[in-house]
Amino acid sequence: MHGFANPARFLRMARWLLPLLLVPGLVLSLGALAWGIAFAPPDHLMGVTVKILFIHVPCVWLGMAGWSTIAVSSIAELVWRHPLAGIAARAAAVPGAVFTALGLATGSIWGRPTWGTWWVWDGRLTSFLVLLFLYFGYIALADAAQRDAASGGSAGRVTAIFGLVGAINIPIINRSVVWWNSLHQPPSITLGRSAIDGTYLWPLLLGALGFSLVFGAVVIARMRMLLAEIQTEARLRRKALG
Amino acid sequence: MNSETVRSPMIKPKHQRLVLVMLALAALVGAGLLAAWALSRQASYFYIPSEIAAHAPEQGRAIRLGGMVQKGSIKTMPDGITIHFTVTDGKAQVPVRFSGITPDLFVEGSGVVAEGRMEGATFVADNLLAKHDEKYVPREMKDMVSARSKQGMAQTK
Repeated sequence: MHGFANPARFLRMARWLLPLLLVPGLVLSLGALAWGIAFAPPDHLMGVTVKILFIHVPCVWLGMAGWSTIAVSSIAELVWRHPLAGIAARAAAVPGAVFTALGLATGSIWGRPTWGTWWVWDGRLTSFLVLLFLYFGYIALADAAQRDAASGGSAGRVTAIFGLVGAINIPIINRSVVWWNSLHQPPSITLGRSAIDGTYLWPLLLGALGFSLVFGAVVIARMRMLLAEIQTEARLRRKALG
Repeated sequence: MNSETVRSPMIKPKHQRLVLVMLALAALVGAGLLAAWALSRQASYFYIPSEIAAHAPEQGRAIRLGGMVQKGSIKTMPDGITIHFTVTDGKAQVPVRFSGITPDLFVEGSGVVAEGRMEGATFVADNLLAKHDEKYVPREMKDMVSARSKQGMAQTK
């Protein structure tokens, strides 16, 4: 595991890994969206409104996967003091927040014609909104911690603890439609069973895979950016002192 | 980090941190589960008919009722905008009255959430929300679905 901890080795790896994720990711995402939006048949109740499924589901999936990345990286940072873990967590926060916001927006647009309302305060919608606010808090905290670290502080650990504590919301989001009566429907895809017809399921799964690859590429690109930022800052500091 | 020099050499600091993080995680999950359990009734967005049958809510208090629209129960009144229908969860039924425009997905046999209050034994709704089930099926396969949605009715909450 510490083989990947070396930033120089990571940067060498990122050089070929980034296009390897980005190109197939974009091809899969756009292909699956075109397939889903242009060719999937209308739903028996919702009609063509069902096609927002192909954007909504990958977005909410990545909103939750983003925080899971933060949580796992936070554990690695707290326990093994893995030097890249904190950077990976911070890199995942912004795209995670963007996908969470997109998930909320597309869900709202879908809810208006389908349920008859833009928003309700049921368990699923509320816990997902909380996820967006957790992202905002995390991003603000991580920015403050970076300035603190530049002046020799250790607020980075507080960010990691926040990332870990915030993860409790992920199983709550997942179970909200099972624990509490909600307007949002129960899960369509559970282990080994899908209530989504194959004509929708395949473009949906391919799209989710494509979005995830793009997400991975964005995280790697942002990690490179954050590493470069830290390096520049350290160099400037040395110049100013020396 | 001075404490690390005093600690017994048998335990590596990273193992100690691992144990601490695991304990913290266990406490966190425990707290989360307790909170979720405590919220189990209050956090529900609506009541189902059997809950209303078991503990009748006060008359006039604003509540939400959710369930399936019973097949063949929708009746339009002579004024053209008032409808009567029955909401069921397979065990109990609640008659509902509503005046206004219904959402597109409001059909017999589908899920509905009604906002309103109990007046006598009737639920008077101010607003209707359609509840979609978890199934996504193309129009051509609609007939195959109605059999399945019937069995879904029983488990829909």
